[in-house]
Amino acid sequence: MPPIGPDDHGRGEGEGLIVYADLGCPHCAAAWAELVARPGRVVFRHFPVAGKHARSPALHAAAEAAGRQGRFFEMVDSLYADRGHVDDPHLWERGERLGLDLERFERDRRSEQVAARVRRDFESGIRAGVTGTPATFGLGGGA
Amino acid sequence: MIAAGEPAPDFTLRDQDGEEVSLADFRGRRVLLVFYPFDFSPVCSDQLSLYHEVKPEIEEKGVTVLGVSVDSPYAHKAFQEKLGIDTTLLADFEPKGAVSRAYGSYVDAAGMSNRTLVLIGADGAVEWAYESPTPGEFPGANVIFDALAS
Repeated sequence: MPPIGPDDHGRGEGEGLIVYADLGCPHCAAAWAELVARPGRVVFRHFPVAGKHARSPALHAAAEAAGRQGRFFEMVDSLYADRGHVDDPHLWERGERLGLDLERFERDRRSEQVAARVRRDFESGIRAGVTGTPATFGLGGGA
Repeated sequence: MIAAGEPAPDFTLRDQDGEEVSLADFRGRRVLLVFYPFDFSPVCSDQLSLYHEVKPEIEEKGVTVLGVSVDSPYAHKAFQEKLGIDTTLLADFEPKGAVSRAYGSYVDAAGMSNRTLVLIGADGAVEWAYESPTPGEFPGANVIFDALAS
């Protein structure tokens, strides 16, 4: 599994924890609230599995696109806080509330670059043996 | 469980569309058999969903992925549609579990296939086989990629 790098999505300071999470996953939503409440750094890595949650790829692309405007974790928090509104119009509403440039958001979330960035995280999770979400790893690499 | 180096037992089973599929159809190409307990069970749903996500990478290595369980073609079709996957699912339905037994991947007490992966080479011999420690957990796709790389 790749170590934490400068282009990982990290929040907080101190000893790190990496979480592979699916934005469509209810278990991840419950765990997310606990993870961000704990002291230390949390690194979020994308692990969408469409067969389990059909909207997951779109949600991860939206979060990554929001991240291109500096609002990655705000979008993640928003998606986990309200899992019942995840269609495209709801994503636009969320983007508007976060003050995003919606045209850019729309362009980015459908871009190959965003898809590739999400896929990079997913593949690193596969290599790390992730089979379900959320999957957390300490800096020492233990799950 | 069948072991590496043994000839892979041939079989003909019906897929999710009722079409007959024989192992011999794939001679000259590597095949990954994914034996799993039941359509629609939580762990099997997770396993098949995850493997679907990496199926293109597996196929790029010249490997065809075939799922096998004791469910009927009709159940396979519904399961495939529920997950939104296109992995071919073979019905080891009647005589129940005969192919799973031939590969040493059948749990008599539970009446189901075990959670076993079998990689068959282009020459029809088993290259690698792996069985989950328990049917309640499934091997990550990293296990498959490690086997393909070795």
